[in-house]
Amino acid sequence: MATDAITGDFDLSAEVDVESIESSARKARLQSTKRLLRYTFLKLVALVFTVAIGVYITILVANMGGAVDKIRLATIRESAALAATANPAFKYMSVEERTNYLNRQVELEVKRLGLDRPFMIRSFEYLRDGMVLNLGYAQQLMSDSGSRFVRNILLERLPSTLLLFGTANLILFFLALFAGLSLSRRYGSFFDKLVLALAPSSAVPAWFYGLFLILIFAAWLKMLPFGGMVDAPPPDNPVDYALSLGKHMILPLAAWLISSIFLTIYNWRTFFLIYASEDYVEMAKAKGLSDGMIERRYILRPTLPNIITSFALTLITLWTGAIIFETVFNWPGIGQLYYRAISAFDTPVIVANVVLYAYLLALTVFLLDFIYALVDPRVRIEGGGHKQ
Amino acid sequence: MKGILSGLRQLRQYPTAIIGLIVIVILMIVAIVTPIVLPYNQAVKMWRGGEAVWRYYPRNASPAWTNWFRSTDLAGTVIIDSAKGDVEPVIEPISADTREARFSFEFDFPYDTFPPEIILFSSAAYKDKQPFVELTWITPDGREIRAGEFSSGASTSVRFDQDTRLQRRLERETGIKGISVIKGLFDDPNKEGVQVLQGTYRLDATALLFEPESSLDLAFVSYGKVYGIAGTDHQRRDLTIALLWGTPIAMAFGLLAALLTTFTTMGIAAFGVWIGGWVDAVIQRITEVNSIIPLLPILIMVGTLYSRSVWLMLGLVILLSIFGLGIKNYRAIFLQVKESPYIDAARAYGASDMRIIFRYLIPRILPLVIPAIVILVPSYVFLEASLAVLGLGDPFVPTWGKLINDANTQGALFSGYYYWILQPAALLMIAGLAFAMVGFALDRVFNPRLREL
Repeated sequence: MATDAITGDFDLSAEVDVESIESSARKARLQSTKRLLRYTFLKLVALVFTVAIGVYITILVANMGGAVDKIRLATIRESAALAATANPAFKYMSVEERTNYLNRQVELEVKRLGLDRPFMIRSFEYLRDGMVLNLGYAQQLMSDSGSRFVRNILLERLPSTLLLFGTANLILFFLALFAGLSLSRRYGSFFDKLVLALAPSSAVPAWFYGLFLILIFAAWLKMLPFGGMVDAPPPDNPVDYALSLGKHMILPLAAWLISSIFLTIYNWRTFFLIYASEDYVEMAKAKGLSDGMIERRYILRPTLPNIITSFALTLITLWTGAIIFETVFNWPGIGQLYYRAISAFDTPVIVANVVLYAYLLALTVFLLDFIYALVDPRVRIEGGGHKQ
Repeated sequence: MKGILSGLRQLRQYPTAIIGLIVIVILMIVAIVTPIVLPYNQAVKMWRGGEAVWRYYPRNASPAWTNWFRSTDLAGTVIIDSAKGDVEPVIEPISADTREARFSFEFDFPYDTFPPEIILFSSAAYKDKQPFVELTWITPDGREIRAGEFSSGASTSVRFDQDTRLQRRLERETGIKGISVIKGLFDDPNKEGVQVLQGTYRLDATALLFEPESSLDLAFVSYGKVYGIAGTDHQRRDLTIALLWGTPIAMAFGLLAALLTTFTTMGIAAFGVWIGGWVDAVIQRITEVNSIIPLLPILIMVGTLYSRSVWLMLGLVILLSIFGLGIKNYRAIFLQVKESPYIDAARAYGASDMRIIFRYLIPRILPLVIPAIVILVPSYVFLEASLAVLGLGDPFVPTWGKLINDANTQGALFSGYYYWILQPAALLMIAGLAFAMVGFALDRVFNPRLREL
């Protein structure tokens, strides 16, 4: 019918047909937009709900189900007693006055921190604040600029983590992509076998290679720094600063690459190989298309969604590995902050970190669906909910 | 089952897998033998015992085998303890009450450097009168040097390098001003400067016991710069204990975590797929919530706030991984398997749900799972090490990760004690690589799609 309508120029009734087809097409488009919106909405609700449950569990664990309050109360009492000894008037009080005074001080501090209300109520308040990114004040930690705002503390640390892991993963992504593609076209070659043999090296995590690299290049050869982000004191000149930064990044980057590169190349090469044996690739070869064209249009295009997904998910999950990686390299990033927050029982900072992580993960999962649809024309968001 | 066995037989074609298997078998033997030879309680006591257990060991000594790679041999450790029967005193009565006990500590010193410390530990049992001990140092070339005397209390330690009278005597003997006691005792008088005279040294201790019931035990320790198979740490502890006991802990943690998480995950996925409906939906939602909760941070939190027991950590790892992202993968495979005709056939003869899940669904994907389990082992082994390196290792059991943590906090790399980090790190790496190599080979055997590529 449709082809009739387009080719049947001479038929008078065709005009009516065209109109009805256009309107039905519009209807279909409207419907699919509706479906898209509905899908997006449902997905968002589900994700927010998931994040909320995840964050709430973290809040419970981070507060030891309320037991951290007792630790905090003891700390408050101790610091109140310490502050009182510094108060000259305190010396001349009677014993009763002293206890009253101390109790009042403790009570004030407890009220200020909101510890006087039951934990269950507060836990939901923590959840609400966390979910709307109202991150509040840190209890122990302070940003380098002296701020107690959790937001400032996080924002101060975020750039260094992004710099290190962003650079490392960009290099990893493109290196693995090109190496994987080129190996998939000459599998069985020496380099292919080498990568295959080296793939198990990824069983060892990056921080572990870091230890060895520090041992060789910092302790033994004394060529590179043991850790940290820049020299102390940081150079004033931006060029020197960048050079010093670069010098400090060599070992972490190397450790990160060594631990992931071979397995990633191997996985992607295998993946490309599976797709390279599809009939349409053979067809393209038969047509006499160039290698580059085949790689880009016929192998990369259909595999890209999977590659991007797996890469994005590993990125997010590996982010938790930053804790130990940054501790080993003494890199002043989010991971190190997280570890310090936990050792200092600083729950607001802990929760803020998990909230950040959960939102990033949820956002990635959410965006991936759309990236899928963008990159792979075969994927369309399905409606009707008949997914089994 | 037959398929799995023939698959294992095919492993022979992969040299890396054979190397890996040999290493795994060796590690397993060590893991089984260690707890038998050195029971848990004894190991914990030796590791956390305090000065009483470790005082005969040198501080921060490298492993003895490092001398093979050195041009000048570092001093080895000499421990001669009469309480352990290393030396028997010759006892002669002098009067009715008094006896004389002669101890003769003889040892070879074939090294090129001086020992950092020499101590004589003395423990005596007496009522009123303390035993009196006289010391004579006899060098390989036959010179006899009076090395002091002391009255032994219940527990006395004689530090040679703090004896100023002996120091002055040695200055006169060697003719070098300001020479330390230890250098003076081991100096070769025929050579220029201060150099070690190699050969057999002897320390004679003549003790007078003034009471019939009193007794005396002496232990002579010449602390070295190398000790034993694995060296010692900053608290004089023998690293061999930690290296040995680290093996069963790492193996148990890695294997248990990998096996239990994989099988429970697989079981849950099969259950969800087979029952379907809301059960499947709930399982999926739990998986999503679980993926939001980051594993390592939660472990760190529990380690800091609750308990650092390695077994609690293991339980938690399993608990948090049960609803891991693996469920999604297994679910996708089970959904395909569920439609196979043989499942219909099973249903037709009236097989129960459980029978179908455990006899028909799960065995079908076992070949896919076996490589996954083996590849998972190192990641859990390293997870335990990560926790230990962050200072959250089990407070009682010595593990490989804890050694690295100790070394890191004591600045081992900075001070040049490389053995301290290298030994546990090498073991971790060997164990991790062995499992990974076997796992990758298994993957190629059981996934025919990979094999032909």
